[in-house]
Amino acid sequence: MEKKGWDEFEIGAMLRTFDGAVTDIATTLPENRPYSQSSSFTASVADWRIEKPLFNKDYCIDCQFCWVYCPDMSIISRDKKMVGIDFDHCKGCGICVQVCPTNPKSLLMFSEQKDEEAALAEWPKKEKKDQSEEPKED
Amino acid sequence: MSEMKKIKNLKDFSTSADRFEGANLLCPGCAHSIIVREVLNATNDDLILAASTGCLEVCTAVYPYTSWDASWIHIGFENGSSAVAGAEAMYKALKTKGRLKQPDRVPKFVAFGGDGATYDIGFQWISGCFERGHNMMYVCLDNEVYANTGGQRSSSTPIGASATTTPAGRVSYGEKRNKKDMMAIMAAHGAPYVAQVAPNKWKDMVAKIQKGFAAEGPVYINAMSACTTEWKFAPEDTISISDLATDSLVFPLYEIINGTQLNITYRPKNIIPVRDYLGAQGRFKHLFTKQYEYLIDEWQTRVDAKWDYLQRREEAGV
Repeated sequence: MEKKGWDEFEIGAMLRTFDGAVTDIATTLPENRPYSQSSSFTASVADWRIEKPLFNKDYCIDCQFCWVYCPDMSIISRDKKMVGIDFDHCKGCGICVQVCPTNPKSLLMFSEQKDEEAALAEWPKKEKKDQSEEPKED
Repeated sequence: MSEMKKIKNLKDFSTSADRFEGANLLCPGCAHSIIVREVLNATNDDLILAASTGCLEVCTAVYPYTSWDASWIHIGFENGSSAVAGAEAMYKALKTKGRLKQPDRVPKFVAFGGDGATYDIGFQWISGCFERGHNMMYVCLDNEVYANTGGQRSSSTPIGASATTTPAGRVSYGEKRNKKDMMAIMAAHGAPYVAQVAPNKWKDMVAKIQKGFAAEGPVYINAMSACTTEWKFAPEDTISISDLATDSLVFPLYEIINGTQLNITYRPKNIIPVRDYLGAQGRFKHLFTKQYEYLIDEWQTRVDAKWDYLQRREEAGV
């Protein structure tokens, strides 16, 4: 986008998040919102990540812990179901993996280059209770 | 008044459409945005927001982007509270004159500030807003340090924490003064609702925010915000550190209604030693040396005394 210089701004400059009117933003899902280029939703912080979380829906119980504790609005939940991860906005902090209560975890951190199918194929199996150490990916 | 949003469980809550956007520049694992999400998602009403200078402000309004899907004012360090109070006064005036374009939509007025903006720099302004009795909510994102400018101590920094202006070393154990009791100060204003919350107890937090929105008058919320950068822990541990803080009673969760009725809202099943909380953070690393070890016992005594005090107040109903 074309950026204005700092001295070209009017005093009291205003950024509009949306192009056009949105009547009830609190009940409009992101995919239905007319984001303008001023919204950081259109930007990406994907290059911050060293590791990325991957999601295995076979083990997910839709508890939504990852959704509520994600600091970057990157867990996509629709109709009370966890459907995936928004990799444009995920910074790779790993909170979702930490709070995931399933055994094995339905979210795990992998290196940024890891292929999703390969990761799902080598997903760890259910652990016995006395092994409290969680599986780590090299 | 518009109807309160019904949030029975986490699945209900997860149908909320966030009004705070990603690709803000907060650190990975920052608790600020978890708190902001839980506050904003607690209501479906229109929002009028301001943020005092601090991490939250500088990271969510980086030119040419904004991360807010609501009316949000970029304002100074000290006057986030007054900006929202001004908007609220304007709203009231237009309402009285019958000039509101959509009179059926009642917005919520919320100001955010860090502990620096709340405990130190904006203190006088907040006090003014509470004295004038604006119908607004002030949320303090309390990470106990000026994290945005490089980790200087604030009057919220607890004893023994190493900050860049109170560094720990051979001659000093770091911060020497105890944390200011902001909750008591705000309750003493006679505010209808004052509460301490933590992002890891989302249900307690959402219930308190909704109570705050329902209250008539100024509401103060002190939200513990574990800072991965300045408390020095790994970004994925934000929630577990918050759990340690609430379960060791370093951050007891309670509310004060009308300045006179104190309720404890969370009693941990297993109270864990304060030592565990301190040991999990790099800023208290030096307390685990022979020289400064005595401070850990002092910490425990202080936390126990505070918990005892809160329980006595709750029992006495004052």
